[in-house]
Amino acid sequence: MRKAALCLCLLLGAAPVRAEMPAPRAAELEHMVIQDCGSCHGLTMKGGLGSPLTRDVLDGAPPEALASIILDGVPGTAMPPWRPLLTEAEALWIAQYLLTMEPAR
Amino acid sequence: MKRLLAATAMALLPLTALSDTAIRATGDLGLVIERASGSLVLVDRSDRAALARIEGLGDLSHASMTYSPDERFAYVFARDGGLSKVDLLAGEVVARTVQAGNSIGGAISDDGRLVAVSNYTPGGVRVFDADTLELVADVPMAGKTIGLADLPGRRFAWAVWDTGEVFIGDFSGAEPAITSLGVAGANPFDAVVTEDASTYLVGLFGEKGVVAIDLWADPPVTTKFLKDYGKVEDDMPVYKMPHLQGWAFSEGQFVLPAVGRHELLWVDRATLQETGRTPVHGQPVFIIAQPASPYVWVNYATPLNGVVQVVDSRTHDVVKTLEPGRAMLHMEFAPRGAEVWMSSRDDNKVLIYDTRTFEKLAEIDATAPSGIFFTARAHQPGL
Repeated sequence: MRKAALCLCLLLGAAPVRAEMPAPRAAELEHMVIQDCGSCHGLTMKGGLGSPLTRDVLDGAPPEALASIILDGVPGTAMPPWRPLLTEAEALWIAQYLLTMEPAR
Repeated sequence: MKRLLAATAMALLPLTALSDTAIRATGDLGLVIERASGSLVLVDRSDRAALARIEGLGDLSHASMTYSPDERFAYVFARDGGLSKVDLLAGEVVARTVQAGNSIGGAISDDGRLVAVSNYTPGGVRVFDADTLELVADVPMAGKTIGLADLPGRRFAWAVWDTGEVFIGDFSGAEPAITSLGVAGANPFDAVVTEDASTYLVGLFGEKGVVAIDLWADPPVTTKFLKDYGKVEDDMPVYKMPHLQGWAFSEGQFVLPAVGRHELLWVDRATLQETGRTPVHGQPVFIIAQPASPYVWVNYATPLNGVVQVVDSRTHDVVKTLEPGRAMLHMEFAPRGAEVWMSSRDDNKVLIYDTRTFEKLAEIDATAPSGIFFTARAHQPGL
């Protein structure tokens, strides 16, 4: 599914700067998105204390903007800055992953 | 991926219903939430064994449950608004309603007749008949409701994340009576009732301080304390909201998880003054008192969630640091404290430890386990 997401990303040209990610780290990031981001945003990204992050909701948001939110958080909300735990390339990879993630059944 | 998990799950456990077994009691049973697959593992505490897997509970990414007074039924609150009634003897879901779009938790009334659910979307509290899961009352709120807890007399308390307002709902009469206790502060993230139902404690995320509401006073009296407690600096990112249902009440003290900091805070119960701080391994998530002991056990937010620590409430010192597994999400004690069950989400196991020797006694396979709930909770106010 991760591969499919990246391919789709390339086809659509959604990411001017493609985040290269070694497969083991990509698997860790996917796990982190589902399990840790999922604590607030829902395992299916349909939202919770945090906003929904499904592909439909994000609909065409620039991946760089999403990566910036991931890295620096949203002041005044519960969204923390993940910069201490993620590189910029990893945040961009997550943004691209969210933008292309298949909707949960 | 989901299908794979489910397939693995089925291979691991027999799926036979339990109804064909002989007469049995439920007092040593429990349920473990498998958060990624929307399923539960029914466990036997005495045998330290899994009995069955129960599926079809929806999105359990932030799931909790409460038990009926006879310890036969569990009411499971799913993230996706699903409210399911599970029969522990039959090992199956016997009633289910998807009552909202997004929920966070629930509670059962003191008489066991009503089940209330705390909803994010639409914001509010809905109350159901515990037998049938038919809607009894709908209480819309101006935002996401948090900290729902039962109070004596068919009442519930809750707070609203967006507005900071605290409410008590009385469902003992023909019509619900909803009373506002005013605004506790900015963005209450969780709340809990002390075991004697005297105090509703509300943790704030949007400003510093903790609010204690004296429920024995008429009308209830609100006091703000620990006025430097909480998150304000942006250099203290909070990677997981602390949970307050585990707030331990020990040795005449509250022990609170610092928000964003690697600390526990100790507060004198009578004076509400801080009595000490304990530097710990990470950002605390659950602090749970080991029954019949002076100890509390603490787990931590990602990425430091592979450690569980034991702290002595008399000295405030860490007395044991364990590394039981990866992503330790929850701890549940045997009701008399002899053993603790801990879920390791990323090792796909529930680990059972002796609380005196810290030896591992057994482990049970479970897929991405989170909350562990023993039926003894049925008799504890606030759970």
